[in-house]
Amino acid sequence: MDNKDVIFGINGPVVTVKASKTFSMMEMVYVGKQKLVGEVIKITDKATTIQVYEETTGLKPGDEIVGTGAPMNVLLGPGIMDNIFDGIERPLKEIEKITGSAFISRGAAVSSLDTEKRWNVTLTVKKGDKLKGGDIYAATQETAIIEHRVMVPPYLSGEVVKVYPNGMYTINDTVVELKDKQGKIHKLTLCQKWPIRNPRPIAQKKPADIPLITGQRVIDTLFPISKGGTAAVPGGFGAGKTMTQHQLAKWCDADIIVYVGCGERGNEMSQVLQEFGELIDPKSGRPMTDRTVLIANTSNMPVAAREASIYTGITLAEYYRDMGYHCAIMADSTSRWAEALREISGRLEEMPAEEGFPAYLPSRLSEFYERASRVINLNGSEGSVTVIGAVSPQGADFSEPVTQNTKRFIRCFWALDKSLAYARHYPAINWMTSYSEYFTDLDKWFEENQGREFINCRAKISSILQEENKLMEIVKLIGADVLPDDQKLIIETARVIRVGFLQQNAFHKDDTFVPLEKQKLMMKTILHLHEVATDLISRNIPISRITSLGLFDKLTKMKYDIPNDRLDMFTEYEKEIDEALNSTISAEFN
Amino acid sequence: MVLDYVGVKEINGSLIVLDGVKGAFNEEIVEIRLDDGTTRQGRIVQMDGERIVVQVFESTRNISLVNTKTRLAGKPMEMPLSHEIIGRILNGSGKPIDGLGDIFPEKTANINGTPMNPVSRVYPKNYINTGISTIDTLITLIRGQKLPIFSGSGMKHNELAVQIVRQAKIADDNGEGFCVVFAAMGVKNDVADYFKRSFEEFGVMNKVVMLLNLANDPIIERILTPKCALTVAEYLAFELDMHVLVIMTDMTSYAEALREFSSSKGEIPGRKGYPGYLYSDLASLYERAGMIKGSKGSVTQIPILTMPNDDITHPVPDLTGYITEGQIVLDRALQGQGIYPPIAVLPSLSRLMKDGIGEGYTRSDHQALANQLFSSYAKVIDARSLASVIGAEELSPIDKKYLKFGTEFESRFINQKFTENRSIEQSLDLGWELLGYLPKGELDRVDDQILNKYYKPIEDQ
Repeated sequence: MDNKDVIFGINGPVVTVKASKTFSMMEMVYVGKQKLVGEVIKITDKATTIQVYEETTGLKPGDEIVGTGAPMNVLLGPGIMDNIFDGIERPLKEIEKITGSAFISRGAAVSSLDTEKRWNVTLTVKKGDKLKGGDIYAATQETAIIEHRVMVPPYLSGEVVKVYPNGMYTINDTVVELKDKQGKIHKLTLCQKWPIRNPRPIAQKKPADIPLITGQRVIDTLFPISKGGTAAVPGGFGAGKTMTQHQLAKWCDADIIVYVGCGERGNEMSQVLQEFGELIDPKSGRPMTDRTVLIANTSNMPVAAREASIYTGITLAEYYRDMGYHCAIMADSTSRWAEALREISGRLEEMPAEEGFPAYLPSRLSEFYERASRVINLNGSEGSVTVIGAVSPQGADFSEPVTQNTKRFIRCFWALDKSLAYARHYPAINWMTSYSEYFTDLDKWFEENQGREFINCRAKISSILQEENKLMEIVKLIGADVLPDDQKLIIETARVIRVGFLQQNAFHKDDTFVPLEKQKLMMKTILHLHEVATDLISRNIPISRITSLGLFDKLTKMKYDIPNDRLDMFTEYEKEIDEALNSTISAEFN
Repeated sequence: MVLDYVGVKEINGSLIVLDGVKGAFNEEIVEIRLDDGTTRQGRIVQMDGERIVVQVFESTRNISLVNTKTRLAGKPMEMPLSHEIIGRILNGSGKPIDGLGDIFPEKTANINGTPMNPVSRVYPKNYINTGISTIDTLITLIRGQKLPIFSGSGMKHNELAVQIVRQAKIADDNGEGFCVVFAAMGVKNDVADYFKRSFEEFGVMNKVVMLLNLANDPIIERILTPKCALTVAEYLAFELDMHVLVIMTDMTSYAEALREFSSSKGEIPGRKGYPGYLYSDLASLYERAGMIKGSKGSVTQIPILTMPNDDITHPVPDLTGYITEGQIVLDRALQGQGIYPPIAVLPSLSRLMKDGIGEGYTRSDHQALANQLFSSYAKVIDARSLASVIGAEELSPIDKKYLKFGTEFESRFINQKFTENRSIEQSLDLGWELLGYLPKGELDRVDDQILNKYYKPIEDQ
């Protein structure tokens, strides 16, 4: 072809091509001599606009642009787990090996997945089987705990005409040949490609009625999230967003974790790499990295790739969901992604809406969050993708556009509070402003698995906290001393709930993850003390007598004092409460 | 064959536009010669075919449509680097201004740097003892960290930075070299002078690289200053294995320079007129701190920024806080009470602290003590606001104890002399001593074992 497409204009990460008819919208292209990856984002009859995912220093007008004929896509196959990618699925460890440098050079052409490694593959179909999109035809042990199930690409179906024997294969080796209705033979390998901006198809959505257990008390009891649900963690800097995300990634009971570091700190990603490698998953006894894939697009990596990283992450999660796994994706932080949208929109000179963000911000956010759900897959298995997005509002002001628009599309809102974080109350989830809409959906599950008691305890705990909040208004004006004893008791109990229950120490071996059973018993014990104390106060025993017994202080420390495998100790605690208070009564009335 | 392009097509602020330029590439450096024989440098920032937009570093004053000859340099902005650069004073774009002649380069490097591969980073863990109680105990500085000082005009951030440079044990025990890279952006001459004099006083001037872009120096050069400084720092750290402390002041002036440049380019403004890419731009500076595998050196950053109107939600401190690993916030009220360093404890934070302290680094009780001090001091603030409503006399006995603790904490723990260098043990012990003003039951962040070892109640007189 003598009619090459060449660069005309360059402005930051955006390049334009004049009067070209070869490109289609969202097509992936290679730009310049170094073959920088780019994507077509706007087409007019006069010019085509391309965003480049790498630094554009050194590009010249006249450099060639080559289309790939396909939209921006990712390679899906074994080798994803326990790996770390940048925003467009380039493997960072491989890049380090190839370039031999600690810095990322441009145009580094590396295959996303290891093409040399041989996988021990077991074929699960036989000749003559009819397969449709999503059906599993082979499996291989990807990590010690994750079996990778190889599926027919969603829009393909037909009859198996040849099956290769079980054995060692690389991801590009053919293992099954499939004949479609037109009689065309498709060679199926261990991998497939999928465009990142398209949700992978499913058979049917399921209701959100199974909780994602996180082991974090404030979340599991007060603001639970369901498998396949959506949650946002907004908070100013230093409020503990990243810490909360890390805790969830470590402890939640999903099979697969996709952690997207979107425009965040490089040192944080190296921390995740190190910590997750050392941390042993209590369920499987294997390092956390065995079930984790990291997408790291730090804040100084190219902005356009940051925009793509969120989609890359959710596409990987959907792929594992299709195999029948429960996946959770942590996006830290969606505000950086929204800012990437704003930055690119500004370069395109689009008309800005609120605070300079493009007018399509809400629709992009909703597209992303709607990809979360618990589903029946095409192959009949059940899987889910839970999305937990951190939001970094400017100036910790929740009325800014990203937080406000996110709120419309999520059902769980864990608002982080600066003043709690200042007092080092972690997780700094404010119990007054946070909410979860999954309560009623999940009630049935909690009733079946933890009994009605759990729901009742939760209701009482939150009503005491509400009550305390009202009383604190008064205390702020006139001090706590003038309150009547029954109200003082509320404040005292609420203190135990706040310090002893809601506050959780991520660095304590027992407290970092707390099973539901212990959460329930803790609530029960606190409420038991509260009830008995209420009774005493109604008999005119002063609250100072009750608090001097040291029971309240003892309960605030029970999270440390009772190991997770010694739940029988709660009975002793209850006995002790009863005895101490009974002796108070007898002392008072004799 | 080298082509000179005569004249320009448009001049707008610090930007000039040329047409009919062939063979230029994005971010290329150009040299502009004026009729009077002086030359200026510029950088290509935007291209549309043969029309190029050039950002002129030393202002466009005296440039007319006809009096210039422009030449393409054929390379992007590069910084000459050599070990001889230590001890030198450079201008904002990296040219020596100390009269000692040019730097003979051992290599040159693109000032924009390239992003560090997150896989190649070493997670920072070694703490730097600064001898300042508040920082060591509560906001521990870690080697390879970026920890900004959020200050305001008239506050003692410069003194604090100087004290950190003087007292900090930046070099490690096996004697790796250390040096300081100091980048001044839009600061007054006396501020730069103060730093220079202080460095000379403690005899470290031969370990310092200074890049000075003072308040009356060109704006565009200011945009390059931190990039040049960090390029030097990366070279010293990762090729010469030194521990480098980078002090950058004042980041607010830098952001303002960026805003001025952006608006002259006609870009769509974001919050408070700052360009939409301010976050990415700041990140490209701050993220150049850290340590990498295969190199013994480290880059630790202490950027200083003044919060306009002491407003921490202003875009510059706000975005900075989202990128850096914590912040040291200064407080005007404390300074008013004569407390130095006037560090507002509660909003200050060090994100890397948790893994760099405790057994084997500082002392096993460090984390628990820090948590307890934060939490107790937060209650002091509550008690004070209550006291301002109902009067201190009406407070409950426990709240009165908090008031006492608060005053002692501020005047003895936060407050220390400019020349005072406290060891970590001294600081931690002082922390425990002050907690003695509070009854044991109030110390809910510490487990009993540690409490029994360190806690000694102070009885009321």
